[in-house]
Amino acid sequence: MMALSNPGCPAKQYSDQKKQMQKVIESSGIFKKFGATLALKDISFSVNESEIFGFIGPDGAGKTTLFRIITTLLLPDEGEMKVLGMDCITGFKELRKNIGYMPGRFSLYQDLSVEENLNFYATVFGTTVKENYDLISDIYSHIEPFKKRLAGKLSGGMKQKLALSCALIHKPKLLVLDEPTTGVDAVSRSEFWTMLAKLRQHNITIIVSTPYMDEAMRCDRVALIQDGSILTIDAPQKIRDGFSRKLFTVKSVEKYKLINTLRKYPGTITAYPFGDSVHVTFMNGTVDDSLYDYLIMGGISDVVIQEAEAGIEDRFLELMEGGVKA
Amino acid sequence: MDHVNSNLLQKIKMSEKVISVHNLVKKFGSFTANDKLNFEVTGGEIFGFLGANGAGKTTTIRILSALSKPTSGEVKVAGFDAYRQTEQIKKNIGYMCQKFSLYEDLTVKENIILYGGIYGMRKSLIKERLTELLTKLRFQEYENRIIADLPLGLRQKLAFSVAILHEPKIVFLDEPTGGVDPITRRQFWEMIYETAERGITVFVTTHYMDEAEYCDRISIMSEGKIVALDTPEKLKKQYNSATVEDVFIKIARPVPHELILPSPTL
Repeated sequence: MMALSNPGCPAKQYSDQKKQMQKVIESSGIFKKFGATLALKDISFSVNESEIFGFIGPDGAGKTTLFRIITTLLLPDEGEMKVLGMDCITGFKELRKNIGYMPGRFSLYQDLSVEENLNFYATVFGTTVKENYDLISDIYSHIEPFKKRLAGKLSGGMKQKLALSCALIHKPKLLVLDEPTTGVDAVSRSEFWTMLAKLRQHNITIIVSTPYMDEAMRCDRVALIQDGSILTIDAPQKIRDGFSRKLFTVKSVEKYKLINTLRKYPGTITAYPFGDSVHVTFMNGTVDDSLYDYLIMGGISDVVIQEAEAGIEDRFLELMEGGVKA
Repeated sequence: MDHVNSNLLQKIKMSEKVISVHNLVKKFGSFTANDKLNFEVTGGEIFGFLGANGAGKTTTIRILSALSKPTSGEVKVAGFDAYRQTEQIKKNIGYMCQKFSLYEDLTVKENIILYGGIYGMRKSLIKERLTELLTKLRFQEYENRIIADLPLGLRQKLAFSVAILHEPKIVFLDEPTGGVDPITRRQFWEMIYETAERGITVFVTTHYMDEAEYCDRISIMSEGKIVALDTPEKLKKQYNSATVEDVFIKIARPVPHELILPSPTL
């Protein structure tokens, strides 16, 4: 009964909106230069309403620059950025009221308490904590027992929850999270993604950046970004499916020797260490006896080879190789 | 022949305990940051030291690198006592963290010379290592460039090389490959493997659970105690998990934390 009276009625509303494909962000041909460094090269993408859209890429890929343009804090050199139907340059005043931004660096007031920070942000945006409490209750309740504590004295995971609460307190339509999980332990990271998924019921669109490849799977769609360019955009599973070759995991106790031997094997295309195994692709797309012979000759006799499904990182590597060749 | 030799070498280095910790306790006032830790790390091992924020990892690393003394217990690093032989310990360890390791406004060459000097290496040896390093990393063209102008990936490779410039027994790495691109990341791990192969122990702390998968053995700390210690493979089996991340989530925090989670809405 209670679920019926819930104004969110999340599942249906979400699918309806998806059908309409209303664009929350439309970026076309964005370029940005800092001195001689081209930070963003021809960035085009769009984000649908209520989507969790991830930008996955290493430090220096351009994620923060892009987010600063989206949040109207930085002007692009070229191209058009439309957010919530408004232009980022001419519509910045109106846009700022509707965007919640959590920068990569913890930027709350360290010498204000948890509660004071939250009240401050609510006041700046002309609202009250009480008014939008339902939106943050799930997140804020984790840190509410410590509301008198100074923000500077919180643990990493708690700071992250407070920053998210502050970014949400004015009920933004678009939430922009720049590396929210960097430096946070695995348990807190997992909790954080669960919270983001729940925000969907409130029709909030989320764009989030991360250097952690494994977090891509928590997004509806992701853009892989490297050196200022987008390598690909798609649903995470589709990106994995895009891996063009047959992938094998090869294991041996002698890891270092294994990598070097695999690299020397004439039938190998790529061999990358991946945790406790090596991910390898072969020219003929299969493993034959000559490989085993070659490895034994090289002093590796305990090898275990299995075919494997490519992950996001495998595909990222493949796309990077393509970039290197081109 | 080569194979036999490397196996022998492996056995010799594996028998050498480079870090041994017995009932290590570290207290700050009434707070116990490290509560009776016991573990040993052998020569040439890649050892992952994991734990949630605030689990007590930093406290332990500060003790192992002779920046802080234990409250009680027995700690030996590179054969030296952590209470009395702190200077000897410092000479036998290297340290690299992701955030800072090199002076950004010095050139590649100047950084190497500076660190060589700090480690007390002879000038001729520094010169020798400098040439070696530049060749190995194909860094010749960067020799006179300042660090701030280097791409992040190169910076990190150099930082690691500088951390082992004096051929320490142990090198401590704090999130060594966090934030770098997937290709650089793998090149970096290959450098780590090569270093371990030479017999240098690599002690890795990280929040990146997939980084932990690269280690020979990992320990997981929670609330000042080591709650798991084994190879990634065995831990995954033991906790019936596909990844170290799953293992971590299952055991890195004790039950009481669950009690402060809110009840789910509706």
